[in-house]
Amino acid sequence: MLKIEAIIQPSKLDAVKDALLEVGIEGMTILEARGHGRQKGHTEFYRGREYTVDLLPKVKIEMVVLDEMKEKAVNAIGSAARTGRIGDGKIFVSRVEEAIRIRNDERGETAL
Amino acid sequence: MFGVRFRFSLLSLLLLPSSLLSAQTSPPAQTAVTQADVKSLQDAIHSAQMNADNAWMLVSAALVLLMTGPGLALFYGGLVRRKNILGTMMQSFAMMGLVTILWAIVGYSLAFAHGTSFIGGFEHVFLRGVSLAPNTDYAATIPEQTYMVYQLMFAIITPALITGAFAERMKFSAMAVFLSLWSLIVYSPMAHMVWGVGGLLNANGGRIPSLDFAGGTVVHVTSGISALVTAIYLGKRIGYPQTNMPPHSMVLSFIGACLLWVGWFGFNAGSALGSGPLATSAFVNTHFAAATAALGWTIAEWIHNGKPTALGAISGAVAGLVAITPASGFVQPFPALLIGLAAGFFCSFMVFKVKSWFGYDDSLDAFGVHGAGGTLGALLTGFFATRLINPAFGPGAATGAVDGHWGQILNQVAGVAIAWALSAAGTLVLLFLVDKTIGLRVSAEDESTGLDLSQHGEEGYDLNS
Repeated sequence: MLKIEAIIQPSKLDAVKDALLEVGIEGMTILEARGHGRQKGHTEFYRGREYTVDLLPKVKIEMVVLDEMKEKAVNAIGSAARTGRIGDGKIFVSRVEEAIRIRNDERGETAL
Repeated sequence: MFGVRFRFSLLSLLLLPSSLLSAQTSPPAQTAVTQADVKSLQDAIHSAQMNADNAWMLVSAALVLLMTGPGLALFYGGLVRRKNILGTMMQSFAMMGLVTILWAIVGYSLAFAHGTSFIGGFEHVFLRGVSLAPNTDYAATIPEQTYMVYQLMFAIITPALITGAFAERMKFSAMAVFLSLWSLIVYSPMAHMVWGVGGLLNANGGRIPSLDFAGGTVVHVTSGISALVTAIYLGKRIGYPQTNMPPHSMVLSFIGACLLWVGWFGFNAGSALGSGPLATSAFVNTHFAAATAALGWTIAEWIHNGKPTALGAISGAVAGLVAITPASGFVQPFPALLIGLAAGFFCSFMVFKVKSWFGYDDSLDAFGVHGAGGTLGALLTGFFATRLINPAFGPGAATGAVDGHWGQILNQVAGVAIAWALSAAGTLVLLFLVDKTIGLRVSAEDESTGLDLSQHGEEGYDLNS
């Protein structure tokens, strides 16, 4: 089982969700986040003083999938979220040790 | 040709004048008009005039209260960080309660009773003698209680304005004590000097007659200077100026500013103490100055930063309203436009440049807008005041410089100087006293947690519930 974490532009959320649904991934967690990589912030003005806002709004999507689904998921996210500009985001894949369905205590891949 | 219809019409035409004639020759029975009738007619007219004035004055009083709650509460509240929204709003609200009680007990008397040139006496403590009959020293066509409650709304908002300077770092208990005492030792005396019977600066017979229609010195200069003194005494917020502390809700501030603009019609036009043409003058001037000042600040900011901000626009409007306050019932409409424009540029300069030159943390620019705007407005009043709008010194006498009375500008300077001195001295004494007894500033930990939780055990926004 693999955990896929994707940090994307908030405006791309709907496109990514639709793309994931199309490849058969329905379960995911969406978090509102702030951050930046190499992207510069934007400037705002308060009382005549200019200041830079470094932490930009982002959306983080997390999902745990079967190993076989990794390429499909990663490609779906990537192609839906890509604009070609700095600030598109990142996808991380890590291994998951255990998955449990709370409702009936199912364990393992069937819990996904 | 001469059929039935024609002959009938001809007949009625002939009969008509004769019926008129008979009406004129026998007059109906009439009663003679007596002195009593004339007196009751005069009383009814006077009563109608008084009711008209009272109606407007009661509405004005309500409008001025609206300026504090929620106008100022929202305007200031939106400008602070989210963790301090309730604390900020509570400061204005506390004034609505505390100042009301103090005013009723002794504040009104200290401001408006007969006394010395500096302060009123105790003739009206507990509102003794303040009835529904007019007090002809002040307003002959409204009950004195109307006058008292109208003035009360001014007494409420003035200390509330000061809270902008010490936003986000003063203890609620200390603020309550400090501002309550401030209203007694700074506001009431200043009000007495400018508006009270026998006041030093009263336009009617004061030794230094100064023109302050609705409170340029009494409200804005006093609160503005006191704000500056408090900001300096208390010190800067932790992290100022390196940390960005932008407004958490410009939306709330925008709503508050618009409530202030509309409420100001009660503040200025209500200061005509009646519903006649002078109220119209003040109303028009108030609106005009707000508009040009918003424009002035916006233009200054557009040039300075490259973009016009909403905060700049609404701050500009408030600055214009402040500056026109002393002038509102004395100047023509086009000078009002100029006064507003000047305030927009001057106050934005004070906030953009002067504040950073000196480095004081006047968090919400109470000094930059009210202190500076009020001072500017008071001086320009001396220039633009005209007997054509308000013959304040008598029917034939020149009022301000445009009438030829250039000395009035000096009188205005004196009034402003006294306001500066009284505010600075009074505020320093009170700050020292309260600091040594209760302690003024919240602890560093409480400042970091925020006033809402540390002072009130509440959260302004519970986004999880």
